Amino acid sequence: MTVYADLQTEIEAEIASAADLSALDAVRVSALGKTGRISGLLKTLGSLPPEERKVTGAAINAVRDQIQAVLDSKKSDLEAAHLAARLQSERIDLSLPASPRAKGGVHPTLQVMDEMIAIFADLGFEVAEGPDIEDDFHNFTALNFPEKHPAREMHDTFFFHPDENGVRKLLRTHTSPVQIRSMVSGQPPFRLIAPGRVFRCDSDQTHTPMFHQIEGLVIDRNAHMGHLKWVLETFISRFFETGDVVTQFRPHHFPFTEPSAEMDVRCSWEKGELKVGQGDSWLEILGCGMVHPNVLKACGVDPDEYQGFAWGMGVDRLAMLKYGVPDLRDMFAADSRWLNHYGFSAFAAPNSASGLS
Amino acid sequence: MKFSLSWLKDHLDTTADIDAVAAAMTMAGLEVEDIHDPAKALTVFSVAKVVEAAPHPNADKLQVLQVDTVDGRKEIVCGAPNARAGMTTIYAPIGAYVPGLGVTLVEKPVRGVVSNGMMCSAAELGLGDDHDGILDISGTLEVGTPAAVVFGAEPVIDFEVTPNRPDWLGVHGIARDLAATGLGVFKDAAIVPVAGAFACPVSIKVDGDACQVFSGRVIRGVKNGPSPEWLQAKLKSIGLKPISALVDITNYLSFDRARPLHVYDLSKLSGSVIVAGLSPDGEQLEALDGKTYPLNGEMCAIMDSSGVIGLGGVMGGESTKVDEATTDVFVESAWFDPIRTAQTGRTLSLFSDAQYRFARGVDPESAVPGLELATKLILDLCGGEPSEVVVAGEAPARRPDVAFDPAYVKKLTGLDAAPDEITRILEALGFGVAANGTVSVPSWRRDVDGKADLVEEIARIYGFDKLPATPLPAVTPRPGGVLTAQQAKARAARRALAALGYSEAVTWSFMRQDWAGLFGGGADALVLANPIASELNCMRPAVLPNLLEAAGRNAARGQYGVQLFEIGPIYFGLEPGDQKPVIAALRAPDKARHWTNAREDNLFALKGDLLSLLETVGVPVASLSLVQGSNAAHWHPGRSARLQLGPKQVIAEFGELHPAVLKAMDLDVTNVGAYVGFEVRVDNLPVGKAKSGKSRGALTLSSLMPLTRDFAFLVADTAAAGDLVRAIKGADKALIGDARVFDVYTGQGVPDGHKSLAVEVVLTPTDKTLTEPEIDALSQKVIAAAQKAGATLRS
Repeated sequence: MTVYADLQTEIEAEIASAADLSALDAVRVSALGKTGRISGLLKTLGSLPPEERKVTGAAINAVRDQIQAVLDSKKSDLEAAHLAARLQSERIDLSLPASPRAKGGVHPTLQVMDEMIAIFADLGFEVAEGPDIEDDFHNFTALNFPEKHPAREMHDTFFFHPDENGVRKLLRTHTSPVQIRSMVSGQPPFRLIAPGRVFRCDSDQTHTPMFHQIEGLVIDRNAHMGHLKWVLETFISRFFETGDVVTQFRPHHFPFTEPSAEMDVRCSWEKGELKVGQGDSWLEILGCGMVHPNVLKACGVDPDEYQGFAWGMGVDRLAMLKYGVPDLRDMFAADSRWLNHYGFSAFAAPNSASGLS
Repeated sequence: MKFSLSWLKDHLDTTADIDAVAAAMTMAGLEVEDIHDPAKALTVFSVAKVVEAAPHPNADKLQVLQVDTVDGRKEIVCGAPNARAGMTTIYAPIGAYVPGLGVTLVEKPVRGVVSNGMMCSAAELGLGDDHDGILDISGTLEVGTPAAVVFGAEPVIDFEVTPNRPDWLGVHGIARDLAATGLGVFKDAAIVPVAGAFACPVSIKVDGDACQVFSGRVIRGVKNGPSPEWLQAKLKSIGLKPISALVDITNYLSFDRARPLHVYDLSKLSGSVIVAGLSPDGEQLEALDGKTYPLNGEMCAIMDSSGVIGLGGVMGGESTKVDEATTDVFVESAWFDPIRTAQTGRTLSLFSDAQYRFARGVDPESAVPGLELATKLILDLCGGEPSEVVVAGEAPARRPDVAFDPAYVKKLTGLDAAPDEITRILEALGFGVAANGTVSVPSWRRDVDGKADLVEEIARIYGFDKLPATPLPAVTPRPGGVLTAQQAKARAARRALAALGYSEAVTWSFMRQDWAGLFGGGADALVLANPIASELNCMRPAVLPNLLEAAGRNAARGQYGVQLFEIGPIYFGLEPGDQKPVIAALRAPDKARHWTNAREDNLFALKGDLLSLLETVGVPVASLSLVQGSNAAHWHPGRSARLQLGPKQVIAEFGELHPAVLKAMDLDVTNVGAYVGFEVRVDNLPVGKAKSGKSRGALTLSSLMPLTRDFAFLVADTAAAGDLVRAIKGADKALIGDARVFDVYTGQGVPDGHKSLAVEVVLTPTDKTLTEPEIDALSQKVIAAAQKAGATLRS
């Protein structure tokens, strides 16, 4: 039997000294291949007497199995070493910059518009729209602005040139014409908001020739000013995300509401940052009031049967207040650095589950 | 409108201080803009007496004073040449802030002598320009008297008068409302007529339109000079300049009673008839401001036999004005039509305190009472003898009575005001309340014309702070959400584009007309008559030019490669239906380099973003056809296309902007690459039918492995790869899952005028593995379909 042991020792030495996979394979072929040394031994079995054949065969097979195991083990070692070397050579400097990807974002005005729509949707308000280019009837007359009244002058209206009939269109100065269009084309009750662009011929740090308003309208048989107060207080609380809201309604004058009010919110300014809630300042937020009977009449709604309220507020201004934007004009300048700073993630869609922004 | 606290107290018996007055005004609807209280800046200053004045030991021009002050005897160093023993002046203690100097006093030696305070000049107190020396106060004021008392510095309120309340343009009217709030008692003494001593030698005619009522009287033997101190002080306290007694009286009544008047020098009138009516066309008036104004037939003129001598309710004329030599006057107290007066002011750019009041509406019944008030003041201040009053025309009728049920207050506001309180408030404001509930409207409240107006009066006086916050009844939420399909798509698009790396911009709805012309717009009908600036004069026909301009501005600040989008309106005409919502996006060329040298192809990146966006907003992207070569003129003709669901349903145009357009818009096109963008018409986006429900249908997935086969086809180099792909996909819609162009080749082996398109076709067996003959048959179908589309298989 030593002849097998010697051969085994010899082959295992060759395996051990194989430097790489191809050398190892050469050893495998020379040992276990068709013409290999172990295979050669197996071929000699036929010439043995049958009684020896069984014993000798088992011995040769045992040697063969042991060599195979050593081969497998060595192969696995060589492969691991090979992989380690390859990986070492594949090293990449991951401190290099990533592929550029633009950040993208939602404009603060439109983010705030979405926030407002989400809040009012929860209160059952629908969203109405109307055209930016309006006529005198919808922007003024139906809203109870008397002809040539000073209140019209105060609106800094942009006009188009008169047509052949002397009629001149204008850019709407507020979103209130949408009230008119909605009431004329629908049937009470109404509970709607109307967001959109509005235009005034005015420009300085706090005025731009175009800005955004959101209008609210509630008309039913019993909607009164106490409801208006509740709606607006609820809105302010949710918009500024604070439970601590104190409002003040001041009498004011708008042609299209009677009584009319402006709403202030108790606030404080700390280091230029607005805090809504407690404080010693009042912040004017919006104008509102009970829809004037003349407005209802102009829309074909009977003021003895229906009543309700409306309000209008500046979206850009509320965006500035909430998110600390210092200058209104920047809202419309499309400076990419500004948009990156004040823009909102695509995934900050306002909703009542996760909040507004 | 401004008034001082003491002026208010002429009409309101109250102990309220200025802050209480302002608070009551605010809650009654008089919007306070500013409270100027000079006394606040003067609180630390008080009267002092110089006891002794000695030369400063170390300085020629300084003196060392011993002064009796509110804080006791003080040694004070003073440089004023007029400082002397025995004088009464004003003392500022250490720690006082001196407004005229803008410094706070600290105790420090002046040339070796410590000064324990300061003696003040008028300028140092902020009371004038007098720097010549310290205040030298005559009279016997006690040491310690507050400086504010000495100078009568009075708090003044400035507030905004809403256009519905011209009666607030007089202090008397303000006092009435404040009294109604409970701030004090309204002093509304009856106006006592002054009997005339002779018949008025001037007669009046009105046309009943431009001027409905005109009263007047002559006063003989007046002496016009400076008005008395009290009147001058009143006018000065609200920033008016005293002129002469007669003029000051009319200005005073304008602010005290919202009752403008005019005084003519009788000796300068021609004839004995004054006519108020529409001006003859082409007349001119040299007005009191020294300017000459051209008049037209829409303006109310005051005329005597010489012609136009004044603009009714706006301004008097130079030819008949009073001066110091005036002895006989004619006093006018009339009522001019608000709209006409407003129009005249605008036409001539001629505004005055009278014009402001008449344009908003003066109390029509105040003509004669106002004349009587003026008469009394003139007699008191200037002497003279009045004629009888003459009146022409009639004051317009009052607003009609209002049938009023007090329960309406609660119905409209939720406020629980008791009927007695409602009556009290209405009466305090001058309304009459009859036993049957009918409410009569005072002559000065021409804004009131219905029960809602009365509710406003009651509510604002009763107090908006008592409004009961009442929850709005809940309504069943609309099942599908509150947004319309278009609104929801715009909202989704906003989030999608932000996620794709685009920053949302908001740009003006208007732009330069010539640039609008480059984008298919710029019609004169869409040009504003009064633009805010000439480069913002035309409604935009597209959003892209504004984004391009913004990208240019960014590049000018070194911000290259911006990716902007805007969702907003474009305008094709003036009618409501002419406004269309679009989603526009722009990728500006980027100068930035990257170490991988892998440059993204801007145009195809944009195309990918566009398709991703369209998928998000519900466009069946696989059904879109791409049409190249028929885009609007602002696109690069060879590098732009439209995506459409049919010839009449164009969803989007995209591509590279035309270089000539960029050049016209002053964008740098030489050193950087192309600007690419798209504009999606939201109104053309397909809207899912509500009836079809939201089910997406069952999905059948094959468990068999898809396999791919590659083909290379020769096509004309003008052919669209998309057409070939579409043809291949159509060869067997059941088995061909996809076909993708993976190489475009021209050059050796490809005939001139052709290109080779390599296409990987994905076969997706559904129920059994494909056999080789089946795959061969499918390949033949692909080749045949490609041939039909004008392609030949490369061999």
